Amino acid sequence: MSSELNTGVYKQKQRRQKRLIEAGIIIAIAFILAVILPAVLPAFRLRLFGRFLALAIVALGIDLIWGYTGLLSLGHGIFFALGGYAIAMHLKLQIPEGQLPEFFTLYGVDKLPWFWQPFYSFPFTLIALVVIPGVVAGLLGYLVFRNRIKGVYFSILTQAALLVFFNFFNGQQKLINGTNGLKTDTEKIFDLLVSSSAVQRTFYILTVICLILIYLLCRWLTSGRFGRLLIAIRDDETRVRFSGYDTTGFKVLVFAISGAIAGIAGALYTVQTGIITPTIMQVAFSIEMVIWVAVGGRGTLIGAIIGTLLVRLAQTFLSERFPQVWLFFQGALFLTVVTVLPNGIVGWFRDYAWIKARSLFGLKQQLITYPQIEEDPEIQRERDQLTRK
Amino acid sequence: MTNKILEIEKLTVSFDGFKALNDLNFSMDAGELRVIIGPNGAGKTTFLDVITGKVQPTKGRVLFKGKNLKKIPEHKITRMGIGRKFQTPRVYLNLTVRENLDLVANQNKNVFPTLFGRPSSTEKRTVSGLIETIGLDAKANLQADLLSHGEKQRLEIGMLVAQSPDLLLVDEPAAGLTDEETENVGALLLSLAESHSIIAIEHDMEFVRQIAKDKVTVLHQGSVLCEGKMDEVQNDPRVIEVYLGEPLDK
Repeated sequence: MSSELNTGVYKQKQRRQKRLIEAGIIIAIAFILAVILPAVLPAFRLRLFGRFLALAIVALGIDLIWGYTGLLSLGHGIFFALGGYAIAMHLKLQIPEGQLPEFFTLYGVDKLPWFWQPFYSFPFTLIALVVIPGVVAGLLGYLVFRNRIKGVYFSILTQAALLVFFNFFNGQQKLINGTNGLKTDTEKIFDLLVSSSAVQRTFYILTVICLILIYLLCRWLTSGRFGRLLIAIRDDETRVRFSGYDTTGFKVLVFAISGAIAGIAGALYTVQTGIITPTIMQVAFSIEMVIWVAVGGRGTLIGAIIGTLLVRLAQTFLSERFPQVWLFFQGALFLTVVTVLPNGIVGWFRDYAWIKARSLFGLKQQLITYPQIEEDPEIQRERDQLTRK
Repeated sequence: MTNKILEIEKLTVSFDGFKALNDLNFSMDAGELRVIIGPNGAGKTTFLDVITGKVQPTKGRVLFKGKNLKKIPEHKITRMGIGRKFQTPRVYLNLTVRENLDLVANQNKNVFPTLFGRPSSTEKRTVSGLIETIGLDAKANLQADLLSHGEKQRLEIGMLVAQSPDLLLVDEPAAGLTDEETENVGALLLSLAESHSIIAIEHDMEFVRQIAKDKVTVLHQGSVLCEGKMDEVQNDPRVIEVYLGEPLDK
C-alpha cells in the first residue's frame, strides 16, 4: 500500500516536472518568435512568416477535427474566408461618416447593405470573426452529423459547401465586391495605415500570441476525457453510441470549435496579406491545409504547426529559386508522406527517430512492451500452480 | 404476474423485402439468463440490433420494462439500461485499459459535463475495482491494442459491467476463445447473471449446455421455433431437423 502511494506521489512529481519542461519550451519558442525573429528578419520576410503562422492556426483546427475526431473536412476555406471577410469589412468602413467604401459606387450601390452596418463596431467585428465561422460550422455539422453522414461522404459534402460559398462570394459584386475581393492594405485601423510597419509588427505579435493560446486550447481539449472520447469516436463511433454517448453533439461542438479557429486564422492572414478575395475558397487551398497536417503528423497538434511551416517555407524557398519545380515538389512531398511516413514527421520522430537517437547516445532505450514477468498476475498464478505440483 | 423485463410482440424486420425477423414473439422475466440459439441466418444478430435501436422494426414493438423502444436513439436506450457486447471484441485500441473503462464509467455523458467534469472518486474506484475483477491490473496502463484476444474480450465485458445495465445482451461471447477461456467466460456470465438479466446468443452447444440454467430459445428463419429447457429443446424433432437439415425418421 505504501509503495503504491509512493509511486503515486512520484508520478505526480514526474508529471509536474514534465509540464514545467513543456512550459519552458513554449516560452522559449514564443521568445524566439516574438522577440528575436522581428529583430533579425526584414519587414517583408517577417510579414510572410506571420502569414505562415496564421496558416498554422488553421492547421491546428484541422488536426482537431481530422487527426483526433477522424472527420476529413475539405471545406475549411469557408470558415477561413468568413473570418477574413469580417475583419476586412471592418477595415473598409474606416472612412469619414456618410461615405461608402469606394467599390460600391462602381456598381451603383448608394446605400450600405444592412449586414455591413454592425461591422462599424470593432468589438462586434472581433466577436463576429470567431462566432460567425463557428456558428456556420456548427450548423453545417449539425445537419450532416444528425443524418449520420461520415467518411468520404462528409468530405464530399464539405467540399460541395465550399464551392457554394465560393460561387456566392464570387458573384456578389454589389454586396462584397465579388471576385475583386476586399483590399485592406490601404485602409486604416485606429488611424494608422494597416500596411505600416508598426501595425504589421503588432499583427505579427498578435498572431504569435493567438497561435500559442489556440495550441494550449487544443491541448486542453484533447488531453482529458473529452479528448479520449474524440479518439474513441474516430476509432469506433458505433461502439461509442452503445456506451451511452450521443456522438452528434460532440462532433458538432468540435467542428464548430475547428471552424472558429479557422476564422481567427483567416482574419490574421488577411490583415498580413493585404487583401482577401474569394480565391481563398478555392478547392486546392482547402486541400493544401489537409496536406500540412498530414505532413506534420495527424493527431499530434505540434505536427500541424511544423507541417504548415515546413511546407510553406519550402514553397517560398523553391518557388523563388526554381519557379517551375515547386508544384512537382509539392506532389512528391505528399506522395512521400503517404507512402513512407503515414504518421507524418512528428509520428516518425516519435515512433522511430527518438528511440534511435537515444540508443545512439547510449541512453536507456525506452521499451514499449508488456509489463515485466514478475508483475504479470497470470504468469505468477501459473508459476504458483507449477511449483505447488 | 411476473415482472417482465423485455417483451417483444409480432416483430417483423424486413430489408428490401427480405424478412430477417418474421412475426416474432418473445418475452423474458427480470433476472433470467436466456440463451438464444439458431442456425446461420436465423436472425439472431438482427434481433439484438432491434433491441438496441440500431435497426428499426418494420412492424411490431419492443417493450423494455414496459416502455416502447420505437424511435429512441441508441445512446438513450443504452442509458435506459441495456448493454451490448459485440461478436468481435470492440474496445478502443488507441486508449489504455483504464481509459477504456473510464469512458464507460463516466456518470454524466452529455457534452459539456464530459468536457469540464473531472472523474469523481467513485468513478475512479469503480474503474480500479473493475480492472481487478477482469484481472488486467498489470496491464491497466497499456494500450488496448497490445492485449490478446481473450484479454480484449474480458475488457469489453468489464466495459459492459461499468455501464451497470439491467439487461445484458451478449453476442457469441465464446467465439474464437480456447476451451479454457470459454469456460472462464461462461463462469463470468453465470456470476453476472446473479445480478443482471442476460440474453446470450451462442453457436457452441458445449458452451450453451454450461450456461443454460433457465430457458433456451431457438430461432429459425426469423421467428421462434421452440422454447424450453435445454434438454427439452435438444430432443425436439423440429430443432434437430433445422440443425441437421433433414427430417428425423424413426
